[in-house]
Amino acid sequence: MSPAAPGVVTFVMDGKDVSARADQTVLAVAREHNVAIPTLCALEGLSTVGACRLCLVEIAGSPKLQPACVLKATEGLNVSTRSERLDKYRKMIVELLLSERNHVCSVCVSNGHCDLQSLAQSLGIDHVRFPYLYPSFAVDASHARFTLDHNRCVLCTRCVRVCDEVEGAHTWDVMGRGIRSQVITGLKQPWGESESCTTCGKCVQVCPTGALSEKGKSVAEMRKRRDFLPYLTQMREEHA
Amino acid sequence: MTLEELQALAEKTRAAAAVAGRVVRVCQGTGCHSAGSDTVQQALARETKERGMGEAVTVMRVGCRGLCASGPIVSVSPDNLLYRSVEASDAPELAASLGGEPLERLRLPSDSPFFARQKKIALENLGQIDPESIEDYIAAGGYTALLTALASMAPAEIIQQVSVSGLRGRGGAGYPSGLKWGTVAKAAGAEKYVVCNGDEGDPGAFMDRSVMEGDPHRVLEGMTLAAYAVGAKHGFVYVRAEYPLAVSRLRKAIRQAEQYGLLGDKIGGSDFGFKVELRLGAGAFVCGEETALMASVEGQRGTPRPRPPFPAQAGLWGCPTLINNVETFANIAPIVRRGGEWYAAIGTPKSKGTKVFALSGRVVHTGLIEVPMGITLREIIFEIGGGIPDGKKFKAVQTGGPSGGCVPEKFLDMPLDYDSLVSIGSIMGSGGMIVMDETSCMVDVARYFMDFCTGESCGKCVPCRVGTAQMHRVLDDITRGTASEGDLARLEELCDMVRNTSLCGLGQSAPNPVITTLRYFRDEYEAHIRDKRCPAGRCRISQEAAA
Repeated sequence: MSPAAPGVVTFVMDGKDVSARADQTVLAVAREHNVAIPTLCALEGLSTVGACRLCLVEIAGSPKLQPACVLKATEGLNVSTRSERLDKYRKMIVELLLSERNHVCSVCVSNGHCDLQSLAQSLGIDHVRFPYLYPSFAVDASHARFTLDHNRCVLCTRCVRVCDEVEGAHTWDVMGRGIRSQVITGLKQPWGESESCTTCGKCVQVCPTGALSEKGKSVAEMRKRRDFLPYLTQMREEHA
Repeated sequence: MTLEELQALAEKTRAAAAVAGRVVRVCQGTGCHSAGSDTVQQALARETKERGMGEAVTVMRVGCRGLCASGPIVSVSPDNLLYRSVEASDAPELAASLGGEPLERLRLPSDSPFFARQKKIALENLGQIDPESIEDYIAAGGYTALLTALASMAPAEIIQQVSVSGLRGRGGAGYPSGLKWGTVAKAAGAEKYVVCNGDEGDPGAFMDRSVMEGDPHRVLEGMTLAAYAVGAKHGFVYVRAEYPLAVSRLRKAIRQAEQYGLLGDKIGGSDFGFKVELRLGAGAFVCGEETALMASVEGQRGTPRPRPPFPAQAGLWGCPTLINNVETFANIAPIVRRGGEWYAAIGTPKSKGTKVFALSGRVVHTGLIEVPMGITLREIIFEIGGGIPDGKKFKAVQTGGPSGGCVPEKFLDMPLDYDSLVSIGSIMGSGGMIVMDETSCMVDVARYFMDFCTGESCGKCVPCRVGTAQMHRVLDDITRGTASEGDLARLEELCDMVRNTSLCGLGQSAPNPVITTLRYFRDEYEAHIRDKRCPAGRCRISQEAAA
């Protein structure tokens, strides 16, 4: 076998040889090959944070699981994207998310169009084995066009990243720690009073759940439109 | 200041001390200070002055002597006397005894096992020098290693000595320091950084605090040697803001070192320059994790990020960064001065040198100790620590804080090192050591540490954020007597999942106290669940649950 050309690597994914550019992540390569790895915090066009831990994969010869969204393709890497253990962990992570706040699909604007709901369905979650924590969280409807419902938030920080990295406003951030963490606008002002918000709505569109929604949408009516993100990413790359 | 000038200053300071006569050292470590040692020092200074001893007696403050349980500690040299539990009202009697018969009422035998069994390297200056005097540090041989190295050693030779010494990171994980230094030295980059992790946050731990408060120049000298070895020009000491005395001592030490030309440009007349800045943590345990610490130094929210890339490749502002903890840096100057071989002769085959522990909990002599690796827990607890008070029976010792585990009696004779502790489910950690007797409920202990981790989780990754909260809930239910067998199975499942899927060390090690107590004290869990009874009699099982 001749050595791979510079910048190109081959590695093993689920027992099959695959090739990749050296700057690609395992997740990107998996998607090219139609290998489904569940994700939640990752979104193409935004920086990666490796926070939801759903895309963890096994690496032969290493005891540590690594997030596919961050893990770079390297020569000789041997990853498994599915295993009984990974399936179990992924299921538990989604169950933990469902237990954390007040996710009630039947009355949610995003019912039927929700990334968390789809994840639960695809992972075969029909009930949650952990007690619901039922925290008390508020709804911020102070913005003229959008609503923030902390009860549906999974703290994926997509809104924080899109606002900072794509819109350039950095209206959003995270405050507090542990299960008391929450996304905030400005210095925790009501969203409607934020001076940095441009009302672009990107945060709403990238939000995986019904935490961020457009006003005027009723149950199951909130479909997210994310076409702008790959488009903007491509434009930026081409004109960099 | 050149090496010759340094040696001349050391000589001068030592000569001045030699003719000064008696020195009364009053411990101003955390424990003694909170027991009122500053008023003791003032009273002693006043008494000796009033007795006209002004010339013949010097009363000075020193860093932690270690025996915190018996504080405030006062020592008198050259008589080699140690006094315990000294109060301001004892000052007249103590002052009168100077030069005469020792004050037996307060005397502490200097040959007591607490002192005799220890071996001090990182702590060797604590209790000896005035932490706010750079001249004292220099007189004790300080900065000799640095200026000698700058004059006659290549950076690679320093790394070689650190590698030969076998020193491993004292922050907890035990990564070989020489290897880390070598990696940073080899990493490409015009700008590199050296960071000292002083964000000690384990409950009951005060090792790094005592070093920063008691011998701040030792930390700076270690960092400067590291900077020379890896090719860094800037360094940061990250100290938690809850350590105001450490902050002020370090700040003063940096200023003094700059005035003497031991920090800043052209150190010791060489071409090497190194600047150190302080960064204050705002009270987040997770900022002791290196990637979270770096984010905090950069002014961002202190949350960890996935590794790789490791800080040695891409750390502060993307530059190669060497991060070691306070105690690791405190060992560097002696290693460079005496050679790696000397250090490697102490300890066990895989864990060299000494380790500082903060001994606390149900033990007679609580305090700060430094012992050679390979010592047994029994020696630490029963000889140095003086055993369990009130005739109670030993039950377990917790090492490594919230990331560590509970070690039962059957492992007390195991030689202590990084690997032996890992093999029984605990970790060395940064050096917290909490002794528990029969009155401690192990489920309650696990619940306490999980409560800590739940509160300190940064909230970034799901397993740690929600997993610790769910584990805490189960443990809480068990201690109330409201849990079922199914809850126990779920708890074990969560332990496995949180350990293997969390983003950083905080989450990955958060289940350790639960896993070890389940392994060694499972009967206590079962008693709470099946019999609705707390064997230690500590948990308040509700009447309803018991019925």
